[in-house]
Amino acid sequence: MRSFQERLSDFDARGIRVVGISVDPPDINRRQSQKLGYTFPLLSDPQAKIIRRYDVLHPGAGPKGGDIARPAEFLIYSSRLVRWVNLTSNIAVRARPEQVLSAFDELQRTGQ
Amino acid sequence: MADKIDMTRKWNWPIWAGFLVAVGGLVSYEFFAQFPITRDFPWANLLLFGIGIALLLLGLFRAFGRPQLYRGKIFGSILAAIALFLFSFFSYEIFYVLRQVPASTGAPRVGQLAPDFFLLDQNGKPVGLGDLLSGPSGPKALVVIFYRGFW
Repeated sequence: MRSFQERLSDFDARGIRVVGISVDPPDINRRQSQKLGYTFPLLSDPQAKIIRRYDVLHPGAGPKGGDIARPAEFLIYSSRLVRWVNLTSNIAVRARPEQVLSAFDELQRTGQ
Repeated sequence: MADKIDMTRKWNWPIWAGFLVAVGGLVSYEFFAQFPITRDFPWANLLLFGIGIALLLLGLFRAFGRPQLYRGKIFGSILAAIALFLFSFFSYEIFYVLRQVPASTGAPRVGQLAPDFFLLDQNGKPVGLGDLLSGPSGPKALVVIFYRGFW
């Protein structure tokens, strides 16, 4: 997330918005945004309803065995079509902004 | 006489240095996890463990090979055992626990419609997928990042 904030101008320049979703409540998200200087929105899904709808739930992986989201990244076009997906098999390895940017550039180049 | 011999034995520094470096390999994980280059594969931590264990082995060779010259047969063995335990714990976490991720076979695929959502942002304002994909800037696309959270 930090790396996405650092490259946010590259996303802006391409007309790509960035949003984060987790089970954290809005007040924690506000604190984190302020602390880390995030200027993109962090959305709160405390019941994991949307996380379930995207099938990115990690049951029991949170503190006290709570359900949380597993790391996952989706590139969605304004047509609402999903154009690129990254589902990591290792919690420590998340998509880097460069991967998303180059995937987008490649899609643009091939006219998709 | 025995006391006199003990006094002349040298301090076996590689044992202590190796132990400290190995502990550093574990406790520095949080620091190195901040950077993708040392998080994707924890080579910096593994390198510290490697250096630490090599120093410990050197110290143990000295303690057992030339016990009249170097200290550390007992405490060197104990510290080496602790360092090996820490390394096993680290390896288990990194190479097993972190890879226990659900398969997410039902996640939206390329070419499918993204499921709609409507959630509160960090200021308590409701934001929907439609809002994020429209607006004055006329966005072309949206990156949705699901993350584990800070709690």
